[in-house]
Amino acid sequence: MDLLIAVTLFVLAVFLGVELITKVPPTLHTPLMSGSNAISGITIVGALVAAGADHSTFTAVLGFAAVTLAMINVVGGFLVTHRMLGMFGPKRRRDTSAQDRAASSAEGAGDR
Amino acid sequence: MDDWTTLGYLASAVLFILGLKRLSRPRTAVRGNQFGATGMLIAIVVTLTDNAILGFEWIIAGLVLGTAVGAVLAVRVQMTAMPELVALFNGFGGGASVLVAAASYIEAADLATDTPRLSAAAGLAALIGAVTFTGSLIAFGKLRETLKWSGFKGMQVVSVAGVAAAVVFGVLMVADAGNPLWIWLMVAVAAVLGVLVVSPIGGADMPVVIALLNSLSGMAAVAAGFVLDNSLLIIAGSLVGASGLILTQIMCVAMNRSLLAVMFSPAPSGAGGPSADDVYEGKVRSTSADDVAMLLEAAERVAIVPGYGLAVAQAQHAVRDLARRLEDRGTQVVFGIHPVAGRMPGHMNVLLAEAEIGYEQLIEMDDINPTFEQTDVTIVLGANDVVNPIARTEPSSPIAGMPILDVDKSGVVVVIKRSLSPGFAGIPNPLFAADNSMMLFGDGREAVVSITKALQQI
Repeated sequence: MDLLIAVTLFVLAVFLGVELITKVPPTLHTPLMSGSNAISGITIVGALVAAGADHSTFTAVLGFAAVTLAMINVVGGFLVTHRMLGMFGPKRRRDTSAQDRAASSAEGAGDR
Repeated sequence: MDDWTTLGYLASAVLFILGLKRLSRPRTAVRGNQFGATGMLIAIVVTLTDNAILGFEWIIAGLVLGTAVGAVLAVRVQMTAMPELVALFNGFGGGASVLVAAASYIEAADLATDTPRLSAAAGLAALIGAVTFTGSLIAFGKLRETLKWSGFKGMQVVSVAGVAAAVVFGVLMVADAGNPLWIWLMVAVAAVLGVLVVSPIGGADMPVVIALLNSLSGMAAVAAGFVLDNSLLIIAGSLVGASGLILTQIMCVAMNRSLLAVMFSPAPSGAGGPSADDVYEGKVRSTSADDVAMLLEAAERVAIVPGYGLAVAQAQHAVRDLARRLEDRGTQVVFGIHPVAGRMPGHMNVLLAEAEIGYEQLIEMDDINPTFEQTDVTIVLGANDVVNPIARTEPSSPIAGMPILDVDKSGVVVVIKRSLSPGFAGIPNPLFAADNSMMLFGDGREAVVSITKALQQI
């Protein structure tokens, strides 16, 4: 790839990222950060190439370590974001809060 | 790289863009995250089927180990520990970029296929990635509160020397590209720099650091993309870099501090304002859980303002119970959330959502401020500087001009706090001595539990 084309991609993608993110409600700042963090694990692509290049044992070990680290970043990042976002789901909340209420009023009755 | 690989990378780049867009709206956020994960899966599969991959044993070992560790960490983590986990993942991403750059640089040196462009990009990837790696590990330790070290005198001089050394090693990496020594020296000096830059930062500034490290991990991927000549790394890394920068900016605005101030003059001095004795002397009223329960019983509208202290005391479930109890009595309950209330951007919202408090009850600062005058009782729980009226009135104060929650305008303010100790800004808070304020001293969770109990007995 021509260096100038690569630089063009870089600059345009930065502008795109700024446009995409500007209007995020604070509620989503943490999930957005952990989700985008998982996307930064894209370096896994480079890690796979380094680990599979079959050049020398040393570079393969470096590649192996890179794949491991990047994969923790990717899998952990997307999973934990999914877990967090699940807690924001309005549907689940209504169901469980109804259950909670039933449970807590039952406890209350026992107290009295 | 063949055409199919390039097209596959294009598909994942598009999925990342759509995913980030959907992640920024509550209704579509889950889908957005799935888009991102799908994009990543496509990128991995496409790379594995490309002819550049010759041996699979190391790859499979890395994929299995990384997946297992990542999944266990993600499933086990407590929501209060979310900031340190994100910091850790960030660091791993940065570390991976360093290793990718090093492997490519060494391979190119062995095969004599190196170019000045590859060497320079590898230098940048090693620098940014290693700073991200050690910086994130330090942030991880600080957030877990296992690491208290905040540096030594004259550290900034060492940092400047480190930056100069990094420039020298970067030039040597290009000028003497056959020698792998230079990239390891670069990694070493960058690792030290990461420690030096993040160590002095602490407390309320942590959200800014996490956001900045998030941005840097993206930039490290961009640099690795320049090393490998890979468009997907450049695009995806830039998107993350930009989003991290935006969040950094939002956090700085919320604290009325510039990024440079956060990084280079970490602890603002308590100077420039009245002393604690002048503010508190004879004016602080202490109260009991029973009295607070009586107040709440008579209130029609109650606002709860949670801060960092709520996260530390793990009081979110206790607060949920109190809010439910009040709602059952017909009291309106809202939560006022300051943008830097938690330990990372948006952290308080996650904690309260975990306790199943609906996000329609969480009101942002700008929306809740005009309503405090109609609020009968405001409970401040583990927040201090973000409710300090001095920010509005005292131009010489270190927090002057910082946007705050105007809780002092509500009918009665109950402040739940262990003592009158100052917040991160190190200044006294006249709110605690105001005529309409009372202090409920004690542990946040226990205090809320006793209020709820007292309310039950009324």
